[in-house]
Parts: sequence; structure tokens; C-alpha cells
Amino acid sequence: MQPIIRVRGLAKQFVLHTQDEAHIPVFSGLDLDVRAGECVALAGPSGAGKSTLLRSLYGNYKPDAGAILICTDAGCVDVAAADPRTIIELRRTTLGYVSQFLRVIPRVPAIDIVAEPLTALGRPAGPARERAAELLTRLRIPERLWRLAPATFSGGEQQRVNIARGFAAAYPVLLLDEPTASLDPDNRDTVVALILEAKARGAAIAGILHDEGARDRVADRVFSLTPAVAPEPCPAC
Amino acid sequence: MSAAARALPVPDAGPLLCARGLTKSFGAQPALEGVSFDLWPGEVLGVVGESGSGKTTLLNILATHLAPDAGRVSYDWPERGLVDVHALAEAEKRRLLRSHWGFVHQNPRDGLRMNVSAGANVGEKLMALGLRHYGKLRARAEEWLGKVEIGPERLDDLPATYSGGMQQRLQIARNLVTEPRLVFMDEPTGGLDVSVQARLLDLLRKLVAELGLAVVIVTHDLAVARLLADRLMVMRCGRVVESGLTDQVLDDPHHPYTQLLVSSILQA
Repeated sequence: MQPIIRVRGLAKQFVLHTQDEAHIPVFSGLDLDVRAGECVALAGPSGAGKSTLLRSLYGNYKPDAGAILICTDAGCVDVAAADPRTIIELRRTTLGYVSQFLRVIPRVPAIDIVAEPLTALGRPAGPARERAAELLTRLRIPERLWRLAPATFSGGEQQRVNIARGFAAAYPVLLLDEPTASLDPDNRDTVVALILEAKARGAAIAGILHDEGARDRVADRVFSLTPAVAPEPCPAC
Repeated sequence: MSAAARALPVPDAGPLLCARGLTKSFGAQPALEGVSFDLWPGEVLGVVGESGSGKTTLLNILATHLAPDAGRVSYDWPERGLVDVHALAEAEKRRLLRSHWGFVHQNPRDGLRMNVSAGANVGEKLMALGLRHYGKLRARAEEWLGKVEIGPERLDDLPATYSGGMQQRLQIARNLVTEPRLVFMDEPTGGLDVSVQARLLDLLRKLVAELGLAVVIVTHDLAVARLLADRLMVMRCGRVVESGLTDQVLDDPHHPYTQLLVSSILQA
């Protein structure tokens, strides 16, 4: 079977025009395949480009060269070259992203934030809310909070609302940015179970999983990134 | 990371609005230089940049309030195809503005008639489209006030008795009651208290998704842009310096000016 995620020759550097035109190379010539039902853990020291790669896969960062093909029954899309409309559609139907940080939308209740990816896929509000309720329950968000907007929730509660949202729809691709960071053991087990369920239904998963216990339980292999060697500026002295 | 996950309607339809090479000077002062873009049905395009960058001039040209010195704005008029909006006869232009488009001004006083009741402000646009039955007009007005969270007991009050936030919501109801396909918004949350802004933003976000509206929204507030816009154009000195998916432009800005804009936001 063909991989769902195919990264070829990907290169990215940041050029900070407002900070003395600093060039920060992240990676180049990067190749990565992730197949259906496979979970690849992105590893490497801080600054190696794990988040940059993950964000590039989601179309959030724009690589300088290379291709990111996301291939499903509907065909292949090159995220690195697609126009905004195509990326938005791809995110609606195909790409799920679970990060640690919830971007709170004013006044929207937690349960609707979690159900929204499903209603966006045309699922009726009733079943979408049921799935949302199931996830919120599994992630131990007390039912009395479901109807409230998460702006006032604790950091951990917001993180779990965001995880629930990320797992609500059965996306063919899941991108995980440290979903188990700072969770208590019970909730970490729930997230591990959710990842295993996603694998079992055939999702291709790439994730930053610092927690080794969780990584060992879900990852099929590790993809190591090494920090790009930046030319050291000569000391001024 | 992204704005609301939602479906863009009619994926295979053509663009709703095409702008090509829009250029405008005021005297010797260039205000807009060669701006081009396509807007698709159901798409929300944010235009950001500082005062004087040409955002409002662009909006006024798109909405036919101003004629460009060069360039062309084409609109996909149902059953007629793309029409050059600046070449339309005045009566047709009025029809376009009345029934196909809406325009939400920064100052609600510019978009409302202050000397007639809230209900009349909403009903008037329907009457212009030929609806005459008083009971039906009143019912529709009440329904739309409800959608923008204004209670029916305020239907007969003058807009001047409303707070700024309510006036802005009333202006939105007045614009949307005719179910336009495209709405232009000029800093719709500018000048409002933060709590009032949040409510208005949430309301706009919901209505845009429900109605499948295409929107061109001018704002200098990047948080507003992130929440509402699918796509951003960053303007500076009358030119588009960067454009793309909203979260990509804000999280991985490439142009020096965009980097400056993004890095200048104060973290609350």
C-alpha cells in the first residue's frame, strides 16, 4: 500500500528580517513516509525541527523547497504548493492536528468546540455532540463544564478539550504535537488509547511524543531529526 | 491554529469576485497599486495593514463607492456571469448593493438610518426588494434582531438609544436580512470595548458559517483576522506584500513588513 504521507526533499529555514536578517536553517533534503495505520515518532533535540516539520505537514509553515504529498482515495495534494482553499478543504476532510494549546474562541461552549470538526464534515449536531460527550468523558472533563466556554478552564482542562477536538473526527492523517505533555497518568492512558484506536482504523500518524512510556506504546518507529548546522558567526574580537 | 473548521460551499463554482490590477491615486498620492485577487463563494478574506496602507480604498473600490484609475472588478452575477461592476448602470449598481451585497461600516451611524426605528432599519432593506406585507416585515425584522441578540422589546426604539455594540449588531442585521452573497466589512469591531468585540466576533463567525457568506473584511487587528478570515492579504503603501492562508501568514510570515506586524502584537 502507498504511504498516505510522502515528504520529499523538504527544506525550511527562517529568515528574520526584523532581527538583523538572521537566517535560521531548520532542515533540508528531508524525506519521510507514513503509511496507513502507522505511527511515526519525530525525535531529536530541541531546535532540530520537529515542530517545524509537523507544522509544515499541516500547511501552517511554508517550506522553501520540496513536496509534502498527502494521498487519499480522493487523490494527492501537495501541501507545500497548494493554495489556501485546498489546504482548508484538506484540513476539513483529512488532516487532524492535536496541539497542547487550545486557541479559545470567545463564548463557544467546550462541547461545541469538540463537536465542530464533525459538524464541519456534515455530521448532524446530535451525533456530533454525542461523540464530543464521549471524548470529554474519557478525558475526564466534568460534565458541568461542557456547556461553558473554556476561557476560564485550567491549562490542563483546556489541553484536554483540545485533544478531544483533535480526535473527534476520523481523519486519515493525525499530527500530534506532544499530546501527552503534562497530563496525569490516567489521562495519558486515555490519549494512548485514542492514538491506538486511530491507528487501528488506519490513520497515518506523525507525532512529537517526548513521553517515552507513551511513545513506546504507540510508535512503530522513530524518525530522528538532527539540528541543521548553522554557519557559526565569527566572533567579533 | 486555524479559524473555524467549516465547509466551503460549492467547491467547483468559479470565483465570486475577481479584482485585477486595481490602482488608485488621490492627486499625486498613490493609494492603491496593482491589487489583484479572487474571492470564492463562502470565503472570508481578511485585509490587514496599518492606516494608510490602502485597505479602505480597496474596500471602497470593490464596493463601487469609488472608481479605480485602472483595473477592473468583476462579479459573478447569477445567470449573467462575470460583470464589470464599475461599468454597470447606476440602477443596476444599486440593485447589486441592495440585494447581492452588504457593507458593514466601522461606525454604525454610517450604515444605519438614525432617525427611524431599529425594526424599520432592518425592514427597509426588505421593502426595497419588494416585500410589502407589514406583519411579515415586522416578523422578519424581529427574527433578525433575535439573530443578532437584540430583544423584541427594542424593535421600535431608535438606534440612537442603543449602545455602540448594539448599533453594530443592528447594522449587521440590516445588512444580512436580504441574505446577500457577499459582505464588505470595514473594521467592524473597531471602536468597541473588548467584551463587546468578543460577542460581535462570535456572532459574525456563526452567521458567516451559517449563511455561507463570502466576506472581505478590513481590519488592523490580527486577532480578529485570525478568528474570522480563511485567507489574508497584507497591505503596505497600496500594495499587497504577502498573502496566503491566515494561520500560515501569521505564524510563518515571510515579508519583512508582515514579520514586523506580527512581532509588534502585545501579548495580553
